[in-house]
Amino acid sequence: MNGSDERPLVIEAARIVDPSRSLDAVGTVVVSDGRVAAAGPDALNQGRPDGATVIDGKGLTVLPGLVDARVFIGEPGGEHRETIASASRAAASGGVTSILTMPDTNPVIDDVAIAEFVMRTARDTALVNVFPAAALTKGLAGKEMTEIGLLAEAGVKAFTEGRRTIADPALLRRIMTYARDFSAVVMHETQDALLAGKGVMNEGLFASWLGLPGIPGEAEIIPLERDLRLAALTGCRYHAAKISLGESAAVVAAAKRRGLAVTAGVSINHLALNENDVGQYRTYFRLSPPLRREEDRLAMVEALADGTVDIIVSSHDPQDTDDKRRPFAEAEAGAIGLETLLPAALRLHHSGAVPLMRLIEAMTVAPARLLGLDRGTLGPGAPADLVLVDLDRPFVFTEEHIRSRSKNSAFENARFEGQVLRTLVAGRTVFEAAG
Amino acid sequence: MIAPAQTTSPGRRHLLGIAGLSPQDITELLDLAEAEVAVSRQTEKKKSILKGRTQINLFFEASTRTQASFELAGKRLGADVMNMSVASSSVKKGETLIDTAMTLNAMQPDILVVRHHSAGAVALLAQKVACSVVNAGDGAHEHPTQALLDALTIRRRKGRIARLIVAICGDVLHSRVARSNIILLNALGAEVRVVAPSTLLPSGIAEMGVKVFRRMDEGLKGADVVMMLRLQRERMEGAFVPSVREYFRYFGLDAAKLDHAKPDALVMHPGPMNRGVEIASEIADGPKSVIEEQVEMGVAVRMAVIEKLLGTTGDGA
Repeated sequence: MNGSDERPLVIEAARIVDPSRSLDAVGTVVVSDGRVAAAGPDALNQGRPDGATVIDGKGLTVLPGLVDARVFIGEPGGEHRETIASASRAAASGGVTSILTMPDTNPVIDDVAIAEFVMRTARDTALVNVFPAAALTKGLAGKEMTEIGLLAEAGVKAFTEGRRTIADPALLRRIMTYARDFSAVVMHETQDALLAGKGVMNEGLFASWLGLPGIPGEAEIIPLERDLRLAALTGCRYHAAKISLGESAAVVAAAKRRGLAVTAGVSINHLALNENDVGQYRTYFRLSPPLRREEDRLAMVEALADGTVDIIVSSHDPQDTDDKRRPFAEAEAGAIGLETLLPAALRLHHSGAVPLMRLIEAMTVAPARLLGLDRGTLGPGAPADLVLVDLDRPFVFTEEHIRSRSKNSAFENARFEGQVLRTLVAGRTVFEAAG
Repeated sequence: MIAPAQTTSPGRRHLLGIAGLSPQDITELLDLAEAEVAVSRQTEKKKSILKGRTQINLFFEASTRTQASFELAGKRLGADVMNMSVASSSVKKGETLIDTAMTLNAMQPDILVVRHHSAGAVALLAQKVACSVVNAGDGAHEHPTQALLDALTIRRRKGRIARLIVAICGDVLHSRVARSNIILLNALGAEVRVVAPSTLLPSGIAEMGVKVFRRMDEGLKGADVVMMLRLQRERMEGAFVPSVREYFRYFGLDAAKLDHAKPDALVMHPGPMNRGVEIASEIADGPKSVIEEQVEMGVAVRMAVIEKLLGTTGDGA
């Protein structure tokens, strides 16, 4: 999938937003041989390459392709929900050019052979760059650590238990200590399974009226605080994968102030939605962590704006319709999100809550740096992963926009401003909007 | 009071909860139920208003009493009533709630009475069928006919609901009866109290339109109605309260605690009772108890609900 056989591409007169270089200016993007030759106001100084395809970018914006560091897929083992190929089509349509896939497949991605299978399948079938994350423990059983060294050597960029939280603090400490020696990134969702109990939504008045068991915020904060202490103890490169509470952000901010090499992510759902969206038992809004109070959503937006939260993820989580058309407490948690990550995030730009530069940074260069990728940038020589967007074009997101094999979107019939028109991966067009 | 709005399906009429009913809706149902009480007390108890109609009682959770009450209600209105207990059959074989709903829907019932162990399940089922649906209890969410029968019992004894002090005591956390009663009693202007150990109260209870008490003597002081809730056996032995004897000591209704209520207070219980756990036998069987009357009102209220949902377009009368 390298673009060497493709003609050079020039996008003229577009607004270029490239947080990796703090660049926000009208200019030209020149793509050749699958790489960014130049992108900026002076990009045409060396002239337009011969035989280039020229796109008029007037009124449009070019962004680095998005890097989504939390994508659940179904391959291997759950291909009826999502394959690597279908996830990659969903990603391409949403302007996402690199995805970090979660290891909770069947079999679990916990050894080199399975990780290589995913990389190989991705090479053969995926439209976007696919980076499999590997499990922290064998079989995600929370007992024995995986071969972190060998997996990292094979190209695994991050380690995570997927939606699980390691309960045993002694084991987690040893994994973090060992991971440090390989400079491996440990990504961890923090939800205490015992404290969360049978809870299915955020604990509080709203859950109480619905008669649904609640999950207290402390179920997230307690293991998060534990993890941050272990990160301090071990010096591990720790990433809190999906925080959802104002108090969690405060805990991360305090750790950063102490100088710890920790980062944090938030899902787009927790920036755009709150517990009231559950309405009358709408199972597409059953998520993990659960959607929280509006105060928490606002706190997460603020934490994103001030950099306490480093990255935004889609937490794309395809679920079969049959597993969602159940009573709320019996439905699977999760929502797809690759198609809607960018347009939903742009709401924060349009509302003025988060500056565009910061917003795009959190979906491009910040996750790329976290994973050690040379992507998420339009710097000269970088792979030409980019997305052409009309930041202001309104549209209603409907089922026809869904490329994922599963349809469980929390944004069905949502109104967005900001539509992806074209997505390039290594210079090759992998998505073009109809019309 | 903040109660989530009720889902309604246009074209069909359901009773999915008390939330969404206006005080006038409630009063009309209670008035109709009054008339049904008279029918039930006649020698000839059968009306023909629902002749030829089919009622299916679909119980995903066993309940002899509620099911019998709905069955009798349907039969007294002249409907053909079928009982289906799904708790032990097809659902265990992996059939989903939706599958079951579609299967029953194909049998062309006029009304489905549904109990399910999961909150929201009855509303979900109601979206998938072409007939009226009555919620006979969904998880810890709502049990609207219980609240209506409680209100009817109170109104017949006290002449009104407004301005009465009603103390709901016990396991409010897991109780759909409590939620439906809190909504209904507030709608009709009663002062609602809850009395329970904090482990048996839901989060945000103080914002649910009630006054919260942790001691029976304080919570029952001046009460017109004392409504006891059942404590499930698996919650008695250390999980939510330490022991039966400690629970009874502090929250079981006995003569000493009842003395704090008004002299003419009513004692109620949705049944089945755990004698010696939440209520002493002498109180359950005592002069202030209207527990048996609640059972009688249950049939009347369910007749009224079924008649109201099916009757206006009816042809059998």
